[in-house]
Amino acid sequence: MDFPILTTMMLVPLAAAIACLFAGQASRVIALGATLLTFGLGVMLWANYEIDGAQWQFQEKYELVAGFSYALGIDGIALMLIMLSVFLMPICILASWDAIKKRVGEYMAAFLFMEVLMIGTFAAQDLFLFYIFFEAGLIPMYLIIGVWGGDNRIYASYKFFLYTLIGSVLMLIAMFWMVSEAGTSDIPTLMQYDFPGGAQTWLWLAFFASFAVKVPMWPFHTWLPDAHVQAPTAGSVILAGVLLKLGGYGFIRFSLPMFPEASADFAWFVFILSMIAVIYTSLVALVQADMKKLIAYSSVAHMAIVTVGLFAFNVQGLEGAMIVMLSHGLVSGALFLCVGVIYDRLHTREIERYGGLSINMPYYALFFLLFTMASIGLPGTSGFVGEFLSLAGIYQTSSLVALVSTTGIILGAAYMLYLYRRVAFGDQKNADAAAMKDITAREWIMMTPIAAVVLWMGVYPESFLAPMRADIAALDARLAASAPISDAALASGEPLEKAANAIEFEAHEGEGQH
Amino acid sequence: METQILIIVFAPLIAAIIAGLGNRMLGNALAKSITTGGLFLSAALSWPIFIGFLSGTHTAEVVPVLQWVQSGDLTFDWALRVDALTAVMLVVINSVSALVHLYSWGYMEEDPDQPRFFAYLSLFTFAMLMLVTADNLVQMFFGWEGVGLASYLLIGFWFKKPSAGAAAIKAFVVNRVGDLGFMLGIFGTFLVFQTTSIPEILAASAGMSGSTIGFLGMRLPTMDILCFLLFIGAMGKSAQLGLHTWLPDAMEGPTPVSALIHAATMVTAGVFMVCRLSPMFEAAPTALMIVTIVGAATCFFAATIGTTQWDIKRVIAYSTCSQLGYMFFAAGIGAYGVAMFHLFTHAFFKALLFLGAGSVIHAMHHEQDMRYYGGLRKAIPITFVAMLLGTLAITGLGVYHLGAGFAGFWSKDAILEAAFARGTTTSAIAFWAGVTAALLTSFYSWRLMFLTFWGKPRWIESEHIQHTVHKTPEEAGEDTTGGYHPHESPIAMLIPLAVLSTGAVLAGQVFAPSFIDDAAFWAGSIFYNENLIHALHDVPYWVKYSAFVVMVLGFVGAYIAYIAKPDIPAKFVASFGWLHNFVFRKWYFDELYDAIFVKPAFWFGRQFWKLGDVGTIDRFGPNGIAAVVQRGSVAAKTIQSGYLYTYALIMLLGLIAAVTYVLL
Repeated sequence: MDFPILTTMMLVPLAAAIACLFAGQASRVIALGATLLTFGLGVMLWANYEIDGAQWQFQEKYELVAGFSYALGIDGIALMLIMLSVFLMPICILASWDAIKKRVGEYMAAFLFMEVLMIGTFAAQDLFLFYIFFEAGLIPMYLIIGVWGGDNRIYASYKFFLYTLIGSVLMLIAMFWMVSEAGTSDIPTLMQYDFPGGAQTWLWLAFFASFAVKVPMWPFHTWLPDAHVQAPTAGSVILAGVLLKLGGYGFIRFSLPMFPEASADFAWFVFILSMIAVIYTSLVALVQADMKKLIAYSSVAHMAIVTVGLFAFNVQGLEGAMIVMLSHGLVSGALFLCVGVIYDRLHTREIERYGGLSINMPYYALFFLLFTMASIGLPGTSGFVGEFLSLAGIYQTSSLVALVSTTGIILGAAYMLYLYRRVAFGDQKNADAAAMKDITAREWIMMTPIAAVVLWMGVYPESFLAPMRADIAALDARLAASAPISDAALASGEPLEKAANAIEFEAHEGEGQH
Repeated sequence: METQILIIVFAPLIAAIIAGLGNRMLGNALAKSITTGGLFLSAALSWPIFIGFLSGTHTAEVVPVLQWVQSGDLTFDWALRVDALTAVMLVVINSVSALVHLYSWGYMEEDPDQPRFFAYLSLFTFAMLMLVTADNLVQMFFGWEGVGLASYLLIGFWFKKPSAGAAAIKAFVVNRVGDLGFMLGIFGTFLVFQTTSIPEILAASAGMSGSTIGFLGMRLPTMDILCFLLFIGAMGKSAQLGLHTWLPDAMEGPTPVSALIHAATMVTAGVFMVCRLSPMFEAAPTALMIVTIVGAATCFFAATIGTTQWDIKRVIAYSTCSQLGYMFFAAGIGAYGVAMFHLFTHAFFKALLFLGAGSVIHAMHHEQDMRYYGGLRKAIPITFVAMLLGTLAITGLGVYHLGAGFAGFWSKDAILEAAFARGTTTSAIAFWAGVTAALLTSFYSWRLMFLTFWGKPRWIESEHIQHTVHKTPEEAGEDTTGGYHPHESPIAMLIPLAVLSTGAVLAGQVFAPSFIDDAAFWAGSIFYNENLIHALHDVPYWVKYSAFVVMVLGFVGAYIAYIAKPDIPAKFVASFGWLHNFVFRKWYFDELYDAIFVKPAFWFGRQFWKLGDVGTIDRFGPNGIAAVVQRGSVAAKTIQSGYLYTYALIMLLGLIAAVTYVLL
């Protein structure tokens, strides 16, 4: 690359965002064009990423003030998350095309600002630069919920704010300490720095306070259902698709490589919270009457599979966690789009108001089915690959955690199919729901790319695993020394002498052949 | 062979995609032709491969397709493995599927949604083929879940009926309980063998038989725990005792689906899995004992229920469950070839029975209750003959000294003989359970025949018939037919019946020498227990005739109860009401599971939500903080709307602090 592509990818939406503030109705087209252009740049980024090349690529660095620098650069992990963000953005703009009527310019600007900040978060190589992007990225989200959200939007964004604030303050303090200890704010250097064991514990907890809320882990999850319910469709897509990934990204970029010993010490703490999350939030999802709440709770359960995978301390767990994050970003985003499609028509998220949609909206029912199946991890979809690797990883560390987490495949099937049955199956009990038209061309354009990537990631995940392989291997190597003891270890023994059903036979006379 | 294998597996997928996405744009005839054509092509290509293995000219082959996952040491690819065991499954799956496709031309004639139905059928076939051609455990799991999806879609095909939607979910979720075991089994297998490749695992299994592994804090024999976990998966898919509750409900699906998925193919996947992994199971004595006991218990338990049900399809469904039990205990005692042989013959006669029942239901205007049948043998003679042959096959008519018999005679008797010959306590239990189940099988099969085809017509009592002839039973008076004229089914439905009838009559006789006695045929694709096969032929005559005797007893019992003295069943119910209720209500499994799983799940869900999230976390978390803040604040509203600025301010202050810190 002979131009600073990462900065360009941030400048395009930034310029468009400023233009949108003044463009009024035309901002839809500007936003769509800018996000598509950014996506195009993203494709170039991926195409030019050298899988066997340096760990950090496309690096840019400008010293600002004494040590604090504008430093960008990505590894395979960041690449994949940036791709997820720029892929979902144009879809979000399309999803808001007709649904947003008031203050369209500001709305589009908010989304574009958010894109800038998300790319920045994943690309930042300076601790403080990361902090700015990481925290500022949430401001457009507050606005989207607070201004364009539903009736109870103030409460929802307030909750979001409160949870996030406490974590942020602790993380910032921890960052100061780290910079003074290590003498640099350069993230790649910090990833190799060995902090003293006692300090690791406190630093880990401070970062955990911030990341656990973003993931969200039980019991820091209650902001999520409210935020989703109140957010407009596209807001939910980005919230589920990208913002929830900030927590997982934080763990994989900071907590694990920077504080490996503390991570190992806290692994069981994470496992216990994750196991509770899988069971607890799945059961809560089962009894929801509001579609968005149901999918929001299912997100918490899915993200718990990410956290168990991350703290499994092996390659399968880490790669599985990454694929679950990518897959969940696509699938739950798509599920929120599916809710949005019918919400736009009937203006209710209440499950009981629908029914029998397979009759009047067959193609909608097909997409919804595909994403439902991907959500419950059907092999051949992206959901399976991630879940399978993540759980295979945790099994090597603890068969108990694996067993409890794997019950998620049963509970997940129960609540998702129960949802699907109430929406798509059964009789058309409501005339207005029965009169709804099948998906429009715009909605086809939104859903088809996600469906294609979900299947692609399910059948040939190598495309997504390959760029991350070296980075995960490096992380795994760094973690190896402090990995927790496995409870599923094999102990060899003397093999049995013969097969279980081996019997002696002596021929008798007479009774012949069958 | 490579190209043929690729066509066999992918033709159904391509047909399913075209028919499914084309749907109404294609029109019924085209969608049906493409899918049915694809399946006949696959079937036509499968038989030469099977015959090649029979004659010993083919050897096992693996066709690589695409890389799938590579994560550290955990790698698995898409590949199609065809050996003797797979070849057997290929002919079973593709033949039955092709015939069921053809049959559905007639059976689904009036359905408004035919392309979708045929697309699902073909999709199912593809998934099933992926399952049986799997070269690694994960692809097997792909097929496993794929058939689960197709089964879900087809059970719920008539999704407007609430009962169909419920049955579809039940099938999927109960299967997922089994899949939990399967997945953990795969994880454990990878942990132990560092691979998911089936041939590599099987080669290394014996060497691991003495090792132990940690599981949930316990130290357990490695192979036993792995095989047990995998077997839980098999129990789910093959509807074994405990995880069987979904299968009878699955009868909500159209009858061709029941024949293909819930009789001939998908439900046998568990048996296939145990046979495929037989060298692994042979290193796990305790797991095999569990397989034997579960199989034996299921074959008895399901047969008891079959004797009391009124719905013709449910009788056959419980019969399937019971026959699968036979296959499992055959595998459990080490007679894998015999288990596969029963799977093979069962596919023909059970598909025949289901399609025959479908033909009866078609003739009786969708009435499925046998209480409203009667005297149908003259009205639908071809269906009658087909059902008769199917019944003779399942009850196992055949005489040892003549060396002749229907399909079931060859395979079921071999299972019983092997169980006897195996000579352990467990195998003896299995033998007696099998003999008792054979008695019950004969009874419920003939009960079905007598209620349906013999006696006086009782048609007018059926609501379906009443709607058709527009008469009440009172108006019809003496004429209990109500003036209804059942019609024989169209030719598209009769051809499959004829083909399957041939199979039900001949499959045992023709293929017994290869499946049971020919180690060379299996060529190492299953664990072949030479000594057990010798011992099986060497059992006493009373063992060889035991199945025949109980079959006759069952027939006589059914004849007395349903033809000679038809008031006997009512008297029995009157005097043994508790027993009848227990069996009729299916041993109360559904009620039990509802009380201990389903209801508590919803209850806990509500408690966690209302008491946990809202009542505790929110109350003491964000709402609590809000309350404290509001109490101390003059204008609460400013804070609520001003938090964004507060936030931005804190961030800004933080940054200024950062910069200052760095600068100093």
